Amino acid sequence: MASRAIEINDAKTGELSQAVYEHPLIVRLCHWINTVALFVLVGSGLQIFRAFPSFGAKIPQEDLIHWPKALAIGGWLGGALQWHLTFMWIYMATGVVYLAYQLFSGNYKQVLFLPRDIPGVWPMVRHYFFFGAKPPVKQAYNPLQKHAYTSAIVLGVLSVLTGLVIWKPVQFSWLACPMGGFHYARLWHFIIMWALLAFVFGHLVMVVLHGWNNFVSMLTGWKKDPEYPSE
Amino acid sequence: MMLRADGRKFKSMNRRELLKLTPIVALGAFAIPKLQAPLLKAGLGFSDWVSAGIFRRGHLAPTFSDAELTPFDKFPINDYDVDDPGVDLDRWTLTISGAVQKAGDYKLAQIQSLPKITQNTRHVCVEGWDVVGNFSGARLSDFLRLIGADTSARFITVKCADDYYESLDMATALHPQTLLCYEMYGRTLTGQHGAPLRLTIPTKIGYKQAKWLTEMNVTNVLQQVGYWEDQGYSEFYGL
Repeated sequence: MASRAIEINDAKTGELSQAVYEHPLIVRLCHWINTVALFVLVGSGLQIFRAFPSFGAKIPQEDLIHWPKALAIGGWLGGALQWHLTFMWIYMATGVVYLAYQLFSGNYKQVLFLPRDIPGVWPMVRHYFFFGAKPPVKQAYNPLQKHAYTSAIVLGVLSVLTGLVIWKPVQFSWLACPMGGFHYARLWHFIIMWALLAFVFGHLVMVVLHGWNNFVSMLTGWKKDPEYPSE
Repeated sequence: MMLRADGRKFKSMNRRELLKLTPIVALGAFAIPKLQAPLLKAGLGFSDWVSAGIFRRGHLAPTFSDAELTPFDKFPINDYDVDDPGVDLDRWTLTISGAVQKAGDYKLAQIQSLPKITQNTRHVCVEGWDVVGNFSGARLSDFLRLIGADTSARFITVKCADDYYESLDMATALHPQTLLCYEMYGRTLTGQHGAPLRLTIPTKIGYKQAKWLTEMNVTNVLQQVGYWEDQGYSEFYGL
């Protein structure tokens, strides 16, 4: 990590500051395209859900939730399916490119949550939620961040797998089994969506808390004044 | 050894990196009303192309025990127009045309003389629900052999007594679980379930499984795809 760090010399004040190239272009592209795709998939997914707002077989069944049409994309079931079946490819493509990049570049090592990160999670939670002391910053991603990002990727993969079973319950009947069957795949797909939205919410809160330089790094790749030591 | 840059150079470097994200703007095409429909059509078309590609002719849809059946009276009655168009069963025939050797009108008895298949399979609706039903009938593939159909043709189209219409790719038409169904739950098909003849296709979504069949055509060219497909639903929708 921090393979590309530079020192910036402000011409006017002569002040020295540091910056690191944190997010390669491929990661930034995947991040933002995936953001759009997730937004469309959630919106159209909720419109699809409106056609049968329940789970399981159709034995005369009560609607569970009346999701408002204004908070959905596609206008009608057929329209929503068009959006969903189009953007799922964009969603999957960015996921595959991102994962392939992480794997082959070795970048995954800085963000993958491993058992050794477990002891570091609680101090971060204590810091964020209970005003505990801030643990020393040693690496680009702290254990709680690693946990969040790794979970998001796992949820993303699961959203695709459960979606495949709903879309193709015959061709992927073998995949339905570990999910508890076709009916559960739809329920998991729905739950995973809310879990992803919960991640997005937490992610956005953290973006606000960590300020402008941090946000800009996902646009330009460069993070000014990183908190962690650069090489 | 750390590289150095002055503030201005760092700013222009950042600007260049930001500009590299412009490909994302291409997604904005989906927000342009004129482009939206063709783009979504292309996306759905791509999905259908993949669907046809992953369809396996020999792969059977899951079957279920009698205990798992949805009770007959709970099996939904779905249609686009009327619950029962009231087909005159005595005078009913299935009119066959297109790329077949023996075109003409076929009686129900001719279809019933083919080997009878009974299966408990899942009926999945595009809305998201599903039921497990008991269906009996002749394999469509057997019937296509009976009428001398050219199975290298691409599509089967059907028309129905309620003016519903549908089409089916040949690979699915030849699938062993694709039935010309004349019985449900061991009883002659009722008016609401498509009497006297309907399609049962466990590898397809519900709207493909037309009821009240009156005409069948074997063809390479589709004038229209199907009632719901022509409103914007998936043309292949294999499960």
